[in-house]
Amino acid sequence: MSETTTNNQAVDESTDPDLQAEFDARLAADQKVEPRDWMPEKYRKTMIRQIAQHAHSEIIGQQPEGNWITRAPTLKRKAILMAKVQDEAGHGLYLYSAAETLGVSRDELMDMLHTGRQKYSSIFNYPTLSWADMGAVGWLVDGAAITNQVMLTRTSYGPYARAMIRICKEESFHQRQGYEIMLTLCNGTEAQKAMAQDALDRWWWPSLAMFGPPDAESTHTAQSVAWKIKRETNDELRQKFVDMTVPQAEILGLTIPDPDLEWDAEAGHYRFGEIDWDDFWQVVKGNGPCNRERIAHKTKAWDDGAWVRQAAVQHTRRASQASPSENLVLSPSDAGAA
Amino acid sequence: MTPLLTYVLRLADDNLIVAQRLGELIASMPDLEEDIAVANIGLDHLGQARNFYHYASELDPDGRDEDQFAMERSEREFLNATLVEQPNGDFAQTQVRQFLLDAYQVPLYGAMTASADERLAAIAAKAVKEARYHLERSSAWVVRLGDGTPESFERVSRAVDYLWPYAGDLFHADDVEVELAESGVAVDPATIRPTFNATVAAIFATANLTVPDEAYVRSGGRTGFHTEHLGHLLPEMQSLYRAHPGATW
Amino acid sequence: MSYDVPPVEGEVEAEANEGTAGEFPLWEVFVRADRGLNHVHAGSLHAPDAETAARNARDVYTRRQEGVSVWVVPSSAIYASDPDDREAWFDSEKPYRHPTFYELPDEVGHM
Repeated sequence: MSETTTNNQAVDESTDPDLQAEFDARLAADQKVEPRDWMPEKYRKTMIRQIAQHAHSEIIGQQPEGNWITRAPTLKRKAILMAKVQDEAGHGLYLYSAAETLGVSRDELMDMLHTGRQKYSSIFNYPTLSWADMGAVGWLVDGAAITNQVMLTRTSYGPYARAMIRICKEESFHQRQGYEIMLTLCNGTEAQKAMAQDALDRWWWPSLAMFGPPDAESTHTAQSVAWKIKRETNDELRQKFVDMTVPQAEILGLTIPDPDLEWDAEAGHYRFGEIDWDDFWQVVKGNGPCNRERIAHKTKAWDDGAWVRQAAVQHTRRASQASPSENLVLSPSDAGAA
Repeated sequence: MTPLLTYVLRLADDNLIVAQRLGELIASMPDLEEDIAVANIGLDHLGQARNFYHYASELDPDGRDEDQFAMERSEREFLNATLVEQPNGDFAQTQVRQFLLDAYQVPLYGAMTASADERLAAIAAKAVKEARYHLERSSAWVVRLGDGTPESFERVSRAVDYLWPYAGDLFHADDVEVELAESGVAVDPATIRPTFNATVAAIFATANLTVPDEAYVRSGGRTGFHTEHLGHLLPEMQSLYRAHPGATW
Repeated sequence: MSYDVPPVEGEVEAEANEGTAGEFPLWEVFVRADRGLNHVHAGSLHAPDAETAARNARDVYTRRQEGVSVWVVPSSAIYASDPDDREAWFDSEKPYRHPTFYELPDEVGHM
């Protein structure tokens, strides 16, 4: 996370062959790249882009589930859901911190999100239409996320890898609670079971698409793998997810909405049908069911908060003028105990 | 209902309703750190509500569980103070509502730790720690907003004026509180009012705010006579549960 | 998830700069997991002042009882060593500082 980019930060445009060689050697030796190390500009930009997208995804990802907090069917579910959505805000925060070590501020990144100049995962542009979606999102979307994030705990950029370790630890309950919701619905009334099937029908394909375009068409996967930012390709991760999820659906007694799905005993994998990439690209380009609402909600919260942030800054300025040393030490006993 | 059950439900409902309001704010706060904080506070209140409902369940002749209390009662059966059902409004209104509630709950729970009723004392012992943290946070915001910009001062002043009459409802005392207080079970709201007043006076002074001298109290929540806002909050909260009678979630 | 959204038209790359300050400054957070342990760097956050930073640190970094105490330090107050100096600063080898440097007969046992 932000391990300080403050003094004489190394934003180096040069392509000094020695530095490049040192960087390459570091990656080859599976050592982490740390904030103030020299790194190729392209690596820095790729890293900023990916961490920012990840952070934005967590932040926007609060909305589809936040949509059901006030209507959760029991107090226990309400508490779990609030805690989960809160975790997502926390994860966004860890990730923005990691991005900040690369020399961009969170406010700049927020602005890029608000103005559509940076993207977030398209999965959050689908609506949550029933309570079963809380189950499906936890089970499928978080399941897909974990597949990806476990890989990212080994990513080459140190602050990103450390944020991912923390996030993976915290997320372990997210998928389980989602699956438990599905399980309860599937053991419930006919209406509840229908709700669960409907949610699976709507979330299955978007969850597969979350892994990104097929390797053959994914131009930047190769570079990301070479830099050890990504350590497995989109298709590899997608296959891993399908293999893991199909048996889970069977336990629920739900049908995966793919007529082409079948077990390939020889390969030891499930074969699955063609993803509708046209739909995927539409959503990425901003024409998903909720793209506009998600950004509008986020932008409104930020704009509505402007006067609050100004007030806080103003108060701090005044308080520090009144007594410059105030606020420097939190708890004297503690500070002394170092 | 026995007086004790009524009393416990009053305590539970304050917390559930404010938790519900805070739950509406997820992903809508002025910054990411506040989003996380508001969820913590909401979760604390929800936890307190559930602890009180669990106790109420034991006291209830019909043995209703926490969800039946939360989801099957109508507007006229909820016993929360009218303060907590007030809408979130802007950030100032949310923080002032929270501050007034915290300034009440800290001495309330503090006194309740000495209750003759062991269950209440135990719930309060946990809750008072949370309430102290909430009060620290909401006080800090009231001060920042009062002593911030002209706009924030204007907004926080308006929030205080709007919410003040509802704060009085927290201190409503009828036979339930008074009799239970005599037997050492309940906290007589009158006994904690001075602490509340002192907290408000101190924080408002730092925040350049004036304590309203408005004596009018918009009371009735404790006996199920609410403002119109609750009639919108409950249907939303209860809609899914009520659409599937008897279902397990 | 694949947060790795493929590039589309209209997307702009964020430029690294000298860390433009946002509205709220950045703070580094150190958490003591339990009594008897050091405060360890946990991450960072934004806050208008130290008091708020400490409270935010509690809310952000101790949601699962990860700590009994937090410190917050303005990120700008940290002066870090230069990675380019690493060899000069950290690579000086003094094997005789390590216990394995000394060979003792087995009869001596653990020492």
